[in-house]
Amino acid sequence: MGLEEKIPDSIILTTLDKMVNWSRKRSMWPFGFGLACCAIEMMSTFAPKYDLARFGMEIMRPSPRQADLMIVAGRVSKKMAPIVKRLYEQMPNPKWVISMGACASCGGVFNNYAILQGVDKIIPVDIYVPGCPPRPEQLMDGILKLYEKIEKDSLRKKPDGKS
Amino acid sequence: MKEKLREFIESNFKEAVIREDNFRDQQSFYIKREYLYEICEALLNNSDLDFRFLSEITSLDWLGHEEEKAGRFEVIYILFSLKHKYRFLIKVRLPGDNPVIDSLTPLWQTANWLEREVYDLMGIEFTGHPNLTKILTPDDLEGFPLRKDYPLTYEVPQFSYNKEEPPEVIL
Amino acid sequence: MTVESKRRTMNINMGPQHPATHGVLRVELELDGETVVKATPHIGYLHTGIEKTAESKLYYKAIPVTDRMDYLAPMSNNLGYCLAVEKLMGIEVPEKVIYARVLLTELTRVMSHLVWVGTHALDIGAMSMLLYAFRERELIIDLYEACAGQRMMTTYFRIGGLAYDLPKDFDEKVNKILKRVPEGLKDYERLLNDNKIFRKRTIGVGVISAEDAINCGVTGPILRGSGVNYDVRKATPYCGYEKFDFEVPLGKNGDTYDRYLVRMEEMKQSMRIAKQALDGMPEGPYRAHVPGVVLPPKEDVLSKMESLIFHFKIITEGFKPPVGAVYQAIESPKGELGFYISSDGTNKPHRMRVRPPSFVNLSALPKLVEGNLVADVIACIGSIDIVLGEVDR
Repeated sequence: MGLEEKIPDSIILTTLDKMVNWSRKRSMWPFGFGLACCAIEMMSTFAPKYDLARFGMEIMRPSPRQADLMIVAGRVSKKMAPIVKRLYEQMPNPKWVISMGACASCGGVFNNYAILQGVDKIIPVDIYVPGCPPRPEQLMDGILKLYEKIEKDSLRKKPDGKS
Repeated sequence: MKEKLREFIESNFKEAVIREDNFRDQQSFYIKREYLYEICEALLNNSDLDFRFLSEITSLDWLGHEEEKAGRFEVIYILFSLKHKYRFLIKVRLPGDNPVIDSLTPLWQTANWLEREVYDLMGIEFTGHPNLTKILTPDDLEGFPLRKDYPLTYEVPQFSYNKEEPPEVIL
Repeated sequence: MTVESKRRTMNINMGPQHPATHGVLRVELELDGETVVKATPHIGYLHTGIEKTAESKLYYKAIPVTDRMDYLAPMSNNLGYCLAVEKLMGIEVPEKVIYARVLLTELTRVMSHLVWVGTHALDIGAMSMLLYAFRERELIIDLYEACAGQRMMTTYFRIGGLAYDLPKDFDEKVNKILKRVPEGLKDYERLLNDNKIFRKRTIGVGVISAEDAINCGVTGPILRGSGVNYDVRKATPYCGYEKFDFEVPLGKNGDTYDRYLVRMEEMKQSMRIAKQALDGMPEGPYRAHVPGVVLPPKEDVLSKMESLIFHFKIITEGFKPPVGAVYQAIESPKGELGFYISSDGTNKPHRMRVRPPSFVNLSALPKLVEGNLVADVIACIGSIDIVLGEVDR
């Protein structure tokens, strides 16, 4: 039909949104940032048995300035909260956050003076992964859900990506 | 070993010991706070007993319990003898209005952080400590969390029916 | 004006987000060129209030919070807490429980040391070690999952026994571990022991003498790496360790390399203990029979009226220990892990104090790093094997 029949085989027509989202989701660079128990499960997820590299994210960036996915793995204490917020702010846009585990999502078993009851009080969270700690499969599922979310993203949204 | 230690403490510091306790076959001495440093120094330097290892300093708050009469706070020192493989406890009671005790930092470096932790969480002051500052809690936290009159601070979880309001905090 | 007086030191902040601090440790370093003049660790970024939380829970319900302290060795924490409460209540556990506990805590030690060898080698440049170590670790995690249904936070040891009976394929799984992990250890030793870079970065780095180590109160592989023979399992045996035959590896120089050797040898000894425990595992009940204190077995709860009542009463009201306090120390992978539990006669602990080995070991960090190069700080932190969950609690 029309124009598409005239173009050579090596050219694919798509929308800019789809193209950008596809490249964003397939080269996600997570931020190597562990807090507590969940960090060990996060490491297991990157380790041979579960091998997160299959989803294009084998490189953990030690610096927030090179990362675009923050996995908050573990309980956030009130002393750590300002630092987590600052690290989030240091990440370049677009950026996403996965809150891994019960403690990061809602305080978990520690409802007390020392622990922040959910990291979403200080930074916006895209995906919550339940479990204490979540199994590697659960984390992977969370990451795949995040991919789905990115696919639906649009460039017309505000530049901070969180419209 | 039990008798040997008892004999050593009673012969040298008879006036210091309030009582000896052997709950569950675990020797512990309640002593007066003025004598703590002396006793520890003597135990550390006695090569026969060889209590060179201070394994633990911790504290208790007896607020609201009948034990409070003897002093609200209790500081517990656990010493270990590497030679005899023997562990025993020294307990010191401190009054609630003036919880001050000598620091053991000159004798053991272990005491440095452990005393800071006790100070941070229980509010007991150690005289002679080189750097008695907060160690675990944030700088803006007021009060001493492990005291019995400090609330656990329970925050009511937010669900869909109460997500609009700020979370209720039960002290 | 001499050259000396022109010298200025520089302050560098390391952490709390740093890939080599194993969590949220912050170290303030004062440097003269590349030499560390002064190191001040700042901790508390993971302060969870576990001790306070435990005071508000029944004795039973405080077990899960102990898991989350040293999350690399959850079973060791469970064991320490359960032994302390059992000592407080005066409960004797059946023989099978003792063997199962010893076996599982020794495998926990292997698991913790595997993570340690992986991350420590990663920090000083041997990236592939992490992948190998995690491969072997998954085997032990599988066993955990078969026993308790959870990969990490098992809460498998309960007061007076175990949560469930051992699974049917327990022997098979343990045998697999006992076969595969020693093979893995041989590989690691081939990779690291004579590796030039590894040796250069560890030999003579972070030396602590025996005198200093004792005075600083450090325990575990660091103390033994300096040549002091103190292992709680041998010194004051608990949980039937006197029945098992094993050796305590000792280092000589007290440097990072010796601590590495000590831990590698410890893993082998742990496998030896696990083998003995598996061979000697008796048949019998998996919980002590102490009505009103220890939960009756689940089968009885479902079929007997009396057991059901006890179960209900223990879960809702708990039990009331006599007034008094006990201290129970165990040898966790990091060192002497002690639980001081004070009871005021009510059904909740009046105070649960944990003697955290990592906390005390970390306080010796300035001793290890001062005078060394800044790159060695990472090797030293790695060789202490800290777990921030336990340091800050």
